[in-house]
Amino acid sequence: MHQAFETRFAHNLLAAKPPTPSKRFAVYRNNVFVGLVEALRLRFPAVQNAVGADFFLALARDYAGGNPPSSPLMMQYGDQFPTFIEGFPPLADFPWLADLARLEVAITQSYHAADAAALGPHDFARIAPEDLSRLRMTLHPAMRLIVSRFPVTTLWRMNRGEAPLATIEAWSAETALIYRPHFTVAVDALSPASGTFLTSLYAGDTLADAVEQAALIDDHFDLTTQWQCLINNGLVTTLTLDD
Amino acid sequence: MIPSALSPTVGVGFKPEHYEGIAAAPGPLGFIEIHAENYMGEGGMPHAMLERLRPDYALSIHGVGLSIGGAGPLDQDHLQRLKILCDRYQPQSFSEHLAWSTHAGAFLNDLLPLPYTEETLSHIIRHIDEVQTVLNRQMLLENPSTYLRFDESTIPETEFLNLIAQRTGCGLLLDINNVFVSSTNHQLDPRAYLTAFPLSYVGEIHLGGHNEDTDDEGAVLLIDAHGSPTADSVWALYAETLAKTGPIATLIEWDNEVPAWPVLRAEVERANALLAPSLAQHAA
Repeated sequence: MHQAFETRFAHNLLAAKPPTPSKRFAVYRNNVFVGLVEALRLRFPAVQNAVGADFFLALARDYAGGNPPSSPLMMQYGDQFPTFIEGFPPLADFPWLADLARLEVAITQSYHAADAAALGPHDFARIAPEDLSRLRMTLHPAMRLIVSRFPVTTLWRMNRGEAPLATIEAWSAETALIYRPHFTVAVDALSPASGTFLTSLYAGDTLADAVEQAALIDDHFDLTTQWQCLINNGLVTTLTLDD
Repeated sequence: MIPSALSPTVGVGFKPEHYEGIAAAPGPLGFIEIHAENYMGEGGMPHAMLERLRPDYALSIHGVGLSIGGAGPLDQDHLQRLKILCDRYQPQSFSEHLAWSTHAGAFLNDLLPLPYTEETLSHIIRHIDEVQTVLNRQMLLENPSTYLRFDESTIPETEFLNLIAQRTGCGLLLDINNVFVSSTNHQLDPRAYLTAFPLSYVGEIHLGGHNEDTDDEGAVLLIDAHGSPTADSVWALYAETLAKTGPIATLIEWDNEVPAWPVLRAEVERANALLAPSLAQHAA
C-alpha cells in the first residue's frame, strides 16, 4: 500500500494536469513547482534577466516538470539547465544563452567548491628562471573556466547590472574566469588566448606547453600579464617541476 | 549513541545574511540551526561562516531531504553525507521530518504527507533505526504541517509519533506552528492535539509563521510558509506547552522573505520572554 500510495501521489504531483484537482492537493503541487522554479531563479538571475521574468517562469516550469532534482542537494539543481536551454526550440535564435547559463552554473560550483590555500608571490619568486618551462601547476578547486564563442562575460555583467546595458560592438569570443578570492566568487573576462593558456595549465600541461598553445591563437600572447593573474587572483595551489 | 541534547535556550534558523548581525551582537541567541543540505558542498563561505560561529553557539542540524517517510530504502549516499556533516560539526541535536520527499530517484523538494498505518509505521521505524545506527546519534522527528488527510490512515498522528519514539528511542521535535496549521486545516482543536501529544519525548520546539488561504469549499486553509512572524495564536499555544513541559530549546524558523536581523531578533526576544520564567520556575 505504501509504495502504491507514494507512486500515485508523486505521479500526480508532476503530471501536467492532476486527475483530482483539489486546492488542498494543489498546495503540494504548488510547493514542488514554486520551490524548483525559485531554485532556478536564484541560480540563473542573468538568464532570467535576459529572457524576462515571464518567459523564464515558463522555461523553468518546463524544465522542472521533466527534470526534477536527482538528489536532495539543491545546490546542484540546474546543472543540466544549460543543455536544456540549448535544445529549447523557442530559444534557437539566442545560442549564447546556454553559455550564459553555463557561467551561472560555474558560479554556484565555485561558491561551494573545496577550500585550498593559494600560493603567494614568494612561492613563485623561488622558481629558478631555467626551471620555468618545465613547471606544472595545480589550479584552485574553486576556479572554473567557461570557454565561449560569445562575449559571455560581457553578457553576464550587463544582465547582472554590473555594466550598463548597451549594444555590444565587439561581438567576440570570451573565456570567463570564475574564481573565489576570500570566499566571494568573482568573474573576469579572458581573451581566447589567455583562456587557452589557463585551460592548458588546468589540464596539467607544463608552462612551456601552455604558452605554446596560447601563442597558436595569438602570437602576441603576453605571459607576464597571465603570470600576474595567476598570482594576484590566488589561482595556484601547488607547483611541481618535471624531471 | 549520542543523545540529542539542546539546552533550553532560543535559537534561529541561520541565514548567511544575518551573519554580521549575529557576530556583532550575539544577544539573546543560544543556538543556531542549519539545514543540513545547504552545508553539503565541499567548502567555501557556508563552511567558513559555520566554523566561525560554531565555538560560540550550540548547533542543531536539521535535515530536509532524507525522506524518512518514504516507502523505499533510505538514500545511502545521503545518509553518509549527513554522517560526515555530524562528525565534522558535532551538533547538540540532529532532526528530520515525518514526511517523504524522494520517489523513484526524483527529489521533489517538499515535505510530503503519508497515511498513518501499521505498514508505514514499520517502514519509518526501520528508517529511524538505520539513521540512529549510522550517525550513532539519537535523532528528533518533527510533526508535519499537512493539507490532506488519507482515508487509509488507521492511527492518529500523535499516537503514530508516540509509537515511533517508544520503539526507536528517538526524540520528537514539536513544531507548534505545524500543530496549528494542520489542526486548522483538518478542523480539529490544536489544544486537543497537544493534549494527546507525547510531550515527554520533546527535545526541541519550532515556532514560525504561516499564511492564510481558503480551500475549494471556502474553509480556512493555512499554509506553512515560514515567511512571516509567528502568529499570536501559536505564541499562546507555546506558552501553554511550556507550562506543561518546562523549558525546552525553541527555534524561530523564518526561511522565506527573510527579514533584517533586528526583526528576527525581536522574535527571539519574544520567545525568551516566555522561556525565561519557565527556566526560573524549573530552577526553583
